[in-house]
Amino acid sequence: MEKIVEVKNLELSFHTFAGEVKAIQGVNFEVFKGETLAIVGESGSGKSVTTKSIMRLLPKSSTEYKKGEILFGGKDLLKISESEMQKVRGKDISMIFQDPMTSLNPTMTIGKQIMEPLLKHQKLSKSDAWNKSIELLALVGMPQPEMRMKQYPHQFSGGQRQRIVIAVALACNPKLLIADEPTTALDVTIQAQILELMKDLQKKIDTSIIFITHDLGVVANVADRVAVMYGGRIVEVGTVDEIFYNPQHPYTWGLLSSMPSLDAGEEKLYAIPGTPPDLLAPPKGDAFALRSEYAMKIDMEQVPPLFKVSDTHYAATWLLHPDAPQVDPPAAVIERMKRFPGSRYHVGIAGGDR
Amino acid sequence: MAKYVTKRVIYMFLSLFLIASFTFVLMKMLPGSPLASAAKLSVEQREVVYEKYGLNDPIPVQYIRYMGNLAKGDFGVSFQYKSADVTTLIVKKLKYSAILGTQAIVFGTIIGIVLGMIAALKQNTVWDYGSTIIAILGISIPSFVFAVLLQYVFAVKLEWLPVGLWEGWKSSILPSIALAMGPIAIAARFIRTEMIEVLSSDYILLAKAKGANWFEIAFKHAFRNALIPLVTVLGPVAAGLLTGSLVVEQIFAVPGIGEQFVKSIATNDFAIIMGTTMFFSVFLIVIILIVDILYGVIDPRIRLSGGSK
Repeated sequence: MEKIVEVKNLELSFHTFAGEVKAIQGVNFEVFKGETLAIVGESGSGKSVTTKSIMRLLPKSSTEYKKGEILFGGKDLLKISESEMQKVRGKDISMIFQDPMTSLNPTMTIGKQIMEPLLKHQKLSKSDAWNKSIELLALVGMPQPEMRMKQYPHQFSGGQRQRIVIAVALACNPKLLIADEPTTALDVTIQAQILELMKDLQKKIDTSIIFITHDLGVVANVADRVAVMYGGRIVEVGTVDEIFYNPQHPYTWGLLSSMPSLDAGEEKLYAIPGTPPDLLAPPKGDAFALRSEYAMKIDMEQVPPLFKVSDTHYAATWLLHPDAPQVDPPAAVIERMKRFPGSRYHVGIAGGDR
Repeated sequence: MAKYVTKRVIYMFLSLFLIASFTFVLMKMLPGSPLASAAKLSVEQREVVYEKYGLNDPIPVQYIRYMGNLAKGDFGVSFQYKSADVTTLIVKKLKYSAILGTQAIVFGTIIGIVLGMIAALKQNTVWDYGSTIIAILGISIPSFVFAVLLQYVFAVKLEWLPVGLWEGWKSSILPSIALAMGPIAIAARFIRTEMIEVLSSDYILLAKAKGANWFEIAFKHAFRNALIPLVTVLGPVAAGLLTGSLVVEQIFAVPGIGEQFVKSIATNDFAIIMGTTMFFSVFLIVIILIVDILYGVIDPRIRLSGGSK
């Protein structure tokens, strides 16, 4: 499969008054053509920072790229000039942000805002750009697009504004679309509509998507593959089935156990104890060790490498080391793993028939 | 829009009526009389003059007569100058003040916006600190200090420009610059603060993500949004400039309205006091109306629909 973007060993720090925040500490991943990669993790785990560094949208004054490369179309995006980067942004890579209420310019008609990338990158004439924008608005499901072109953002609802932002992002048929929690600020019914729209459009224009979220329900709905981030590292990556039904990292176990489900009984919803690590002074070994009941001595001393589970599935936990003791994940996770062929708890047809 | 403006104009006349009434009452409470300095007049002569100008009538009668004339656009005649019609007097003097004020506000706003933009785009650099220092000086040093300084350097020492009086447009340059220092400082500070805030907003990030360069971001996306608060403060600043240039006018011996106003109060020249007050009020109200309309032009969220819909 063709790799659209490849992030290699990215290390990045922010310089703040309090000191150096090691926000990203060696992140590797790639996005294939036409797929959706979901990046999940709690606030401060480095999801947004990773994707903003692909777009180079982080504040120049405080950000230091320490190591690594971001390969896109044969070029390292961290090495090209700002004006070359401007030609990539909005054309080859676009972005959708979290809050549609604030991400459109309040004093500019939405028509102008949609036309902007068309005029800039595709060098269309004004009237062509105008017609293309109307098409885009229709494509994202906006009724009466001609009339709506002349209106301002405050005349639209939150869901409609997110549709407009999507239209802007898709204007130049980008190869990669980065969606930074695009549904978090919307209510649930609108969320579902926007997700359907994104899936639908992805098929139509054949773009790859990096979908950042902390909502595992959304992940299950949209993603092909999932990367779980914690403390500035990717701790587990795999296909959506592998992550949901054969998770290996204790943090992923914690995430899945803390997901409410309709068939759960009266028992209390699980919550991962403790707080995220302080990246001003990152812990020495596995950043999750202090919050994990499965932590071993080595977790406090050495950062675990990514162990291979399958060709598509890797997890950074010492539990996968051949010398590690066998531990049982939480009960809820075992229930899930029973359904996954290839997991050690799998209940096949032979064992599972009644 | 038309409906809105009509409504505002009606309110404007109501405000003017109230201002006129209030000023009339206050003025009648002032001690002294217009004839205080004319000590040579005998009591009988005084009576004749009072009678002629209707100053012996009870105050309510004077009030109704005055308001009646005012409604017809007649501001009466000055007591200071021989049979001088107040309207002509004010218009003649207002011309100079208006030229100074308009030049100062236009020049000051443009320079202030440029300084503020530079400061915001080059935040925490020498440019930013330089613009901040200019703004602090502009706010803290009164305009008459600048006036004296400019007069000394450019008129007395270098002899580039006239020292004072009104000898055509050249005479307006130095007082206009002195008056512009305040607006420069205010515009620079407001634009800087607002630009910095706007530049960190989500829609600017989206504009960047669309591939916009710094110029498009600063001028196409950020500037208009940063302008809104400035419009609010500039209205009153403009009114203050046009009316409050008294000291600077004195320094440059410009025969403007400020000088006229103070003289009329000192001599109890009721007709001029009333006339000037009314002129200033109309002016301020019109500026506020313009500001409100400008809001709608700049920010579509405040577009005025006159209450309907």
